[in-house]
Amino acid sequence: MKSDTPLLDVRDLSIRVAGVKPLLVDGISFALDPGQTLCIVGESGCGKSLTSLALMGLLQTPPLSITGGTARFAGRDLLTMTRQELGHVRGDRMAMIFQEPMSSLNPALKIGEQIAEAVRRHKGVGRDAARARALQMLERVRIPAAARRLDAYPHELSGGMRQRVMIAMALANDPELLIADEPTTALDVTIQAQILDLMRELQAETGAAMILITHDLGVVAEMADQVAVMYAGRIVEKGPVAQIFDDPQHPYTIGLMSSMPSLGARADRLVTIPGVVPQAADMPAGCRFASRCPFRSGICDTVPPLSSVGNGHDVACFHAPLEQAPRPKAVSA
Amino acid sequence: MLAFLGRRILIAIPTILLISVFVFGMQKMLPGDPVLAMAGEERDPQVIEFLREKYRLNDPIPVQYFTWVGNALQGDLGISLRTQQPVTELIAEKLPVTVQLAVMALIIALVIGIPAGVLSAYKKGTWVDWLANLIALSGLSIPNFWLGIMLILLVSVNLGWLPASGYRPLTDDPLQSILTMLMPAFVLGTGLAATLMRHTRSAMLGVLRSDYVRTARAKGLSEQVVLVKHALRNALVPIVTVTTLLFGELLAGAVLTEQIFTIPGFGKLIVDAVFNRDYAVVQGIVLCTGIAFIAMNILADAAYRVLNPRMNEK
Repeated sequence: MKSDTPLLDVRDLSIRVAGVKPLLVDGISFALDPGQTLCIVGESGCGKSLTSLALMGLLQTPPLSITGGTARFAGRDLLTMTRQELGHVRGDRMAMIFQEPMSSLNPALKIGEQIAEAVRRHKGVGRDAARARALQMLERVRIPAAARRLDAYPHELSGGMRQRVMIAMALANDPELLIADEPTTALDVTIQAQILDLMRELQAETGAAMILITHDLGVVAEMADQVAVMYAGRIVEKGPVAQIFDDPQHPYTIGLMSSMPSLGARADRLVTIPGVVPQAADMPAGCRFASRCPFRSGICDTVPPLSSVGNGHDVACFHAPLEQAPRPKAVSA
Repeated sequence: MLAFLGRRILIAIPTILLISVFVFGMQKMLPGDPVLAMAGEERDPQVIEFLREKYRLNDPIPVQYFTWVGNALQGDLGISLRTQQPVTELIAEKLPVTVQLAVMALIIALVIGIPAGVLSAYKKGTWVDWLANLIALSGLSIPNFWLGIMLILLVSVNLGWLPASGYRPLTDDPLQSILTMLMPAFVLGTGLAATLMRHTRSAMLGVLRSDYVRTARAKGLSEQVVLVKHALRNALVPIVTVTTLLFGELLAGAVLTEQIFTIPGFGKLIVDAVFNRDYAVVQGIVLCTGIAFIAMNILADAAYRVLNPRMNEK
């Protein structure tokens, strides 16, 4: 189901940190339709969390600052909203789930109150109605003995339960957009699957769009409609999930895919991408992946634009599509 | 909570006994003989012997201690060697004055110190933070006696707004009592406000960086709610600690401030007693102050448990 105007339309978003010239997030663009799930994939420090915090207006400014771009949510630019305007949007029409359920809930407040206060704030209902809604949400995220848990403190719950509370809190006002920043990273593997199932189910029920930030390609395969692969502050590849998995075009994405362990007989060692991500302060001027890329050539000293290779699939690599690429040169410094 | 308080009070008993041993022991080790001070110039051996017998100073020291503790338990802290008044009476007379001054000073300190600390943490690195720190530093550096004298000059002598002295008990004339206490309470309170502001600021700085404050903002809550309900509440534990310590200090008397504003409080009583080797009075006061400190600590512990639900775990 595609509509003409996307729910969220981010263009050329750039973020920098004071004292470092290269941008931490360098002109990224993506769009999200209602009800869709976009997975932003990348390793730690690639700017995926910064992007989500920027959309929510939660960047630590200073030292971080947004240096350019727009992020239109339902037609209005989130980045130019006043604090008051933003206060009416976040927690209501857009909500966020954080990575650390252990530290993201207020230790001094009962969880029922932490859910209910968001409802009171945005829906203008009384204490009883908000509490009833909190109870309903705890039941929806399948917290056992929900009525009793309303008066529990966060420390009385396990990590998985706390993340369920965070989900209940985020979805309490039926947001149109849910941003989940590595929601399962801090949890046990068995709990991870439960939480992802729950999120998918609730998303189907509410019709919310979702930006899911993860470094886990398994999660991407399971959850995403669209995928954006980030590397060192830039989107290097994006497109429908099937395209990205079946026909990855960017050397980094190819490296990620082949570094994914799989079941079955395989004698080889797990493939890794050689080298490390350059430090923010000494980013190369051109393609930021060049130093680790087996296909590197002279042209890679300029910034490769994100361009289409068909089927809604965009890649930021001069050598894409790889079938037409010159033969890889010997990798030497 | 009641069980907790009961347990804490039980634990406090040996502490109080220990304080009593220290108080008593220290008095005995101090140089100087109160009887000689009382007997005056002539030092008639008979008079001296009579006084020693009267105050049971010839008993072995352990016997003296147990006599004192036994009497103290019955509310009898002995008789002032100097004024011949019962110590309990002296304390009962001065304590309300000091408590009133301490409470008023603490209110002023809290009303100034906490909002200033919150604001300066919230506006860290801006001129607001800078100004708050400058004022706090001045508050810490300006001696109370100087500020007191200057206030008397300005507010009482030049402007004539408040009386410079003339303490009246709260029960006699509440308004007059509060008015005369206002300036000394302000002098004491501003000094404490500076300490409180610094502690509030550093506690808030830690809390404001926490994930749950970010969550509160993500919920779209207003900045006031984020600051007070989510941040300050979690920053209160160290603030409560400092506040109770400061209050304990206030109860122990503010000698200089009391002197400047001629307030008949604990401070003056202590100084007079120490200079006159008035054992019974010093012992009584130190014991009272010690108990007050312990009580404040129990209150602080109780407050922690209200503020931090994790402490209620078994």
